Amino acid sequence: MSDVAIIGAGLHPFGRFGDKTAFAMGAEAIDLALADAGMTWTDVQFACGGSWTVAQTDPLTGLLGLSGIPFINVFNACATAASAIQQAASAIQTGVCEIAVAVGLDKHPRGAFVEDPMLVNMPSWYAENGQYVTTKFFGMKINRYMHDHDITPRTLARVAAKNFRNGALNPNAFRRKPITEDEILASPVLNHPLTQYMFCAPDEGAAAVVLARADIAHRYTDKPVFVRASTIRTRRYGAYEVNTTWAAVEEDSAPTVYASRAAYEQAGIGPEDVDVVQLQDTDAGAEVIHLAENGFCADGEQEKWLAEGVTEIGGRLPVNTDGGLIANGEPIGASGLRQVHELVRQLRGEAGERQVPGDPRVGYAQVYGAPGTAAVTILSR
Amino acid sequence: MPMQTPLAEVFTWPHESPQLIGGRCGVCTATAFPAQARCPRCGRSDMSELLLPRRGTLVTWTTQNFVPKLPYAGSDKADRFVPFGVGLVQLDDIIRVESRLTENDPSKLRFGMDVELSIVPFYVDDAGNEVVTFAFAPVSGSTDSA
Repeated sequence: MSDVAIIGAGLHPFGRFGDKTAFAMGAEAIDLALADAGMTWTDVQFACGGSWTVAQTDPLTGLLGLSGIPFINVFNACATAASAIQQAASAIQTGVCEIAVAVGLDKHPRGAFVEDPMLVNMPSWYAENGQYVTTKFFGMKINRYMHDHDITPRTLARVAAKNFRNGALNPNAFRRKPITEDEILASPVLNHPLTQYMFCAPDEGAAAVVLARADIAHRYTDKPVFVRASTIRTRRYGAYEVNTTWAAVEEDSAPTVYASRAAYEQAGIGPEDVDVVQLQDTDAGAEVIHLAENGFCADGEQEKWLAEGVTEIGGRLPVNTDGGLIANGEPIGASGLRQVHELVRQLRGEAGERQVPGDPRVGYAQVYGAPGTAAVTILSR
Repeated sequence: MPMQTPLAEVFTWPHESPQLIGGRCGVCTATAFPAQARCPRCGRSDMSELLLPRRGTLVTWTTQNFVPKLPYAGSDKADRFVPFGVGLVQLDDIIRVESRLTENDPSKLRFGMDVELSIVPFYVDDAGNEVVTFAFAPVSGSTDSA
């Protein structure tokens, strides 16, 4: 199997863009990624795209050039973009192509995500009863976690405040205004103990990367970023996850734990080797939990870590350096590619005001979403 | 005369002591709620109906402080909305079910507290019938045992 390198990354800003279509944003993200790689669309031999709000992403070829390449679509909820990267990388690894594009794009209406519960194999009464609300799952999970591991609401506020601060340094972010911990704690409770400013919001945006077989990457860039691992896992019997009417009494770990272990094994490294991290922060509690589920700290250690600034850009393990979902919002199809775009910038030393000091070499990205699907991508220079 | 009808056929109703209707695997004993045709653990098709215990303990909980989007059916939409509690309730060593709670005050909810199934009014349908749903209610005198 061939090694794979990212040779270009592009991102359309995340936020609200009026009448601009998701396709227009996706095409811009691909153009930026191609320019970054010093190539044009006609050099691309394979593409994989993901989105929730458009039926399929390959009409992008109508905007970029009808080149006739194989273009496949993936949808894996919040793990969509990570899945697109995996499929594009896999096409290179298996010799289908040498140059591939992964793209994600979306344009969501305001407010919490909703759709017909039948589309995710949930009974209609689940929604009629007021249970088909993803945010309430996150409230239940962090509430128990705080009880079990002595995490305080102040720590949740510290996570959100950090991500808003990082977002203020990111010209592509949706939310660019710092919000104080006290303001975050005082904002209305949406799902106890989570307040409004502890949650991300659905929005609009797109991101793309160009991947190449590693042995030809130097033709396009002197700073290739190698894909060391790409793993996807779904919920197991015993895990209590989003969108469920019941759970087993015997508990099993969340899918992130399994995706993470598999990724470390694939990359041949451990959490201690990681220099910069992007985690799924649907809410501030999710970032706290995911720090432990991805092996970066023990359960409960987050209380001390956040108080000491370990996860700040200048800290020992910077997390969500571009502001994460909390500052960028979540266009579902693009979110995981935003993470990878940020890691590429960080590993190349191109992250501007939010650059992690110390010449980071290894980056780690994790996404998690309904109904219990997680993906991990590990990159290195 | 208006009748009471259940939100869905997932609990015994009308009944003096209503119970949630689950399904249990005849091979591996895994239990699902509501009942389903195949086992959620071993995948075999040997499920039979199991009425679940009425009492349990609260594993975790939150509150729903904003109106869920449609097709939310509660009569408490828009400015009439009253936040409600949601919990994961363990019924003996059989199953955990996700459910509305009758209590919405965080200061009155405790991890591990005893709760009991109750059937509560939810909304009035177009035919004038009162639709009822299931919710777990704290058992008075329950203390934190977690």
